[in-house]
Amino acid sequence: MNCEADKVIYMDNNATTRIAPEVVDAMMPFLTDCYGNPSSMYNFGGQVGKVITKARGQVAKLLGAEDSEVIFTSCGTESDSTAILSALQAFPEKRHIVTTRVEHPAVKNLCENLDRLTGHKHRVTRLQVESDGTLDMARYEEALADDTAIVSVMWANNETGVIFPVEKMAAMAKERGILFHTDAVQAVGKIPINLGELDIDFLSLSGHKLHAPKGVGVLCVKRGTPFVPFLAGGHQEEGRRGGTENVASIVGLGKACELAGEKMEEENSRVKKMRDRLEEGLLASVPKSMLNGHKTDRLPNTTNVSFEFVEGEAILLHMNLYNICASSGSACTSGSLEPSHVLRAMGVPFTAAHGSIRFSLSIYNTDAEVDFVLEKMPPIIAELRKMSPFWKAE
Amino acid sequence: MWEYTDKVQQHFLQPHNVGEVENPDGTGDVGSLACGDALKLTLKIDKDERIVDAKFKTFGCASAIASSSALTLMVTGMTVSEAEKITNEDIADYLGGLPKEKMHCSVMGREALEAAIADYRGVILPMAEGEVVCECFGVTDLEVIRAIRESNLRSVEEITNFTKAGGGCGKCEDRLREILQATVSEGIVTPVQVEGPKRMTTLQKIKKIEAVLEREIKPVLRKDGGDIELVDVDGDFVMVSLRGACTSCAKSQTTLKEYVEKKLREQVLESLIVEAAK
Repeated sequence: MNCEADKVIYMDNNATTRIAPEVVDAMMPFLTDCYGNPSSMYNFGGQVGKVITKARGQVAKLLGAEDSEVIFTSCGTESDSTAILSALQAFPEKRHIVTTRVEHPAVKNLCENLDRLTGHKHRVTRLQVESDGTLDMARYEEALADDTAIVSVMWANNETGVIFPVEKMAAMAKERGILFHTDAVQAVGKIPINLGELDIDFLSLSGHKLHAPKGVGVLCVKRGTPFVPFLAGGHQEEGRRGGTENVASIVGLGKACELAGEKMEEENSRVKKMRDRLEEGLLASVPKSMLNGHKTDRLPNTTNVSFEFVEGEAILLHMNLYNICASSGSACTSGSLEPSHVLRAMGVPFTAAHGSIRFSLSIYNTDAEVDFVLEKMPPIIAELRKMSPFWKAE
Repeated sequence: MWEYTDKVQQHFLQPHNVGEVENPDGTGDVGSLACGDALKLTLKIDKDERIVDAKFKTFGCASAIASSSALTLMVTGMTVSEAEKITNEDIADYLGGLPKEKMHCSVMGREALEAAIADYRGVILPMAEGEVVCECFGVTDLEVIRAIRESNLRSVEEITNFTKAGGGCGKCEDRLREILQATVSEGIVTPVQVEGPKRMTTLQKIKKIEAVLEREIKPVLRKDGGDIELVDVDGDFVMVSLRGACTSCAKSQTTLKEYVEKKLREQVLESLIVEAAK
């Protein structure tokens, strides 16, 4: 299949990313000749075990964690489920969870189904966010209770890029003897993380959001934190996650983490500059457009802009004609009939939520691409507004 | 990504008749910004009751815009009484089909047409009446019942695809199930109180239904020289075929509803509806 990737202007990096060419190169031997099982006794398998050790070190370095704290999983969702269910099993008498209204479905839907999954009744406090997508720390403090088993708060939001103060929140949880989990799928590789200095017990990450392949993730578990495996089985990952290792992807993820560390500076300078130029250009050239989310407490690559009185799916399909890839929080693109739960939690009016478009950039984007998008977007919005019964031309 | 037909894409990218006709003889305004789609249809109708011009303005996704564009082409040249007969299925067919989750877009087209014709005739639509079932999208029981009848809907999920009812907070799911049961059974069944949502896969349902048939129902029917076979399970609908003495028994419908359905509801799922297979 030829998907003509070179013709595409890919600005949907919070959905998934291009696998870095260096990552592909690192993986290839393990998709071809080096197929041994790392658990085997002979050298042909055992040598594969060594590359997993190396990858573990590469991941740990990016996170500022110890090698032994890194557990490889199949995806971010598995890491999230493992962390939360582990905490509930470790403290069966504690039946309270604190999370937010804007979590990714991996955490949100898990928390909504805990009673069914565990057979026990749980209380879930879902923290409200402000209109700019940030959290109220006083409300967070109030929510922590004696029977709180775990707090699960994302490091950065996938739709708006808004960053939560998880460092501080983890410290507050620790004071109360409560475990802290963060879904850092969007944050890893984009902002500096140093777990060694923090009170974060569990951190989830996903390979395909940082230029590694899909189907590999990590749960980083702080040494000394009680842990109950999610997948029982063999002795892999020191008995913390059964299942034969996804060797090639693990090697790829290790390489991707190494590259992310090297490119962090570029992400926060060149990528951020492109994002800012795109955002300012759109807001200036399209009337009745607005930014969703806090202006500065935000990932350097993400912008979420609403174009009032037009619908997101229609916008995306027009962008598709120019091979521009982005996402929308509109109802029609979510698979449900209501617009994004994140934008609704922020109180974004319906007129704007249905017409929200998220652009998420990466180091592979160029200034020329930003120019192209800035040229194409205003006429697309104008064309659709001509058709909208709610649009009153000025 | 939705799989849209070429025709949907054409009508979305190059829509026909965008705008409003001047001094319209009929205007239909349906949907709202909150719901995520809305359509304003304006018609020019001559003295012979023929629609000579139709234009639309739509806020919504590709299938909403395509349905609107298709509708204007379909009605232009028709008499009002011809146009009145257009169903949402006709609009979807004209476009070569719509994804099932998007059928409500074609329903919106039909509703706008009805509203425009009612406006032309100066009558008030009965649809505005009825009791609101789904508060998220403002859908009434009359609208739900009509969709069930016209499009032969078989589950709450299908009702949501066609009318949007139940697609928001989901609180009205039980009520929708009651309406579905009552509508399909044409009043034979009184709505049952469901104790909390119970979800089963079709396979689970089939297994349990078969077990109850074997264990309890078949032995009873066989005593009277009859028998029963499970034919199909579609959503909450259980199709069975009565055999032997049952086929000629005048009371077979009563047996089905009062005995078989009752047993299956008690032992498998409250929401099941038993029907005789054709």
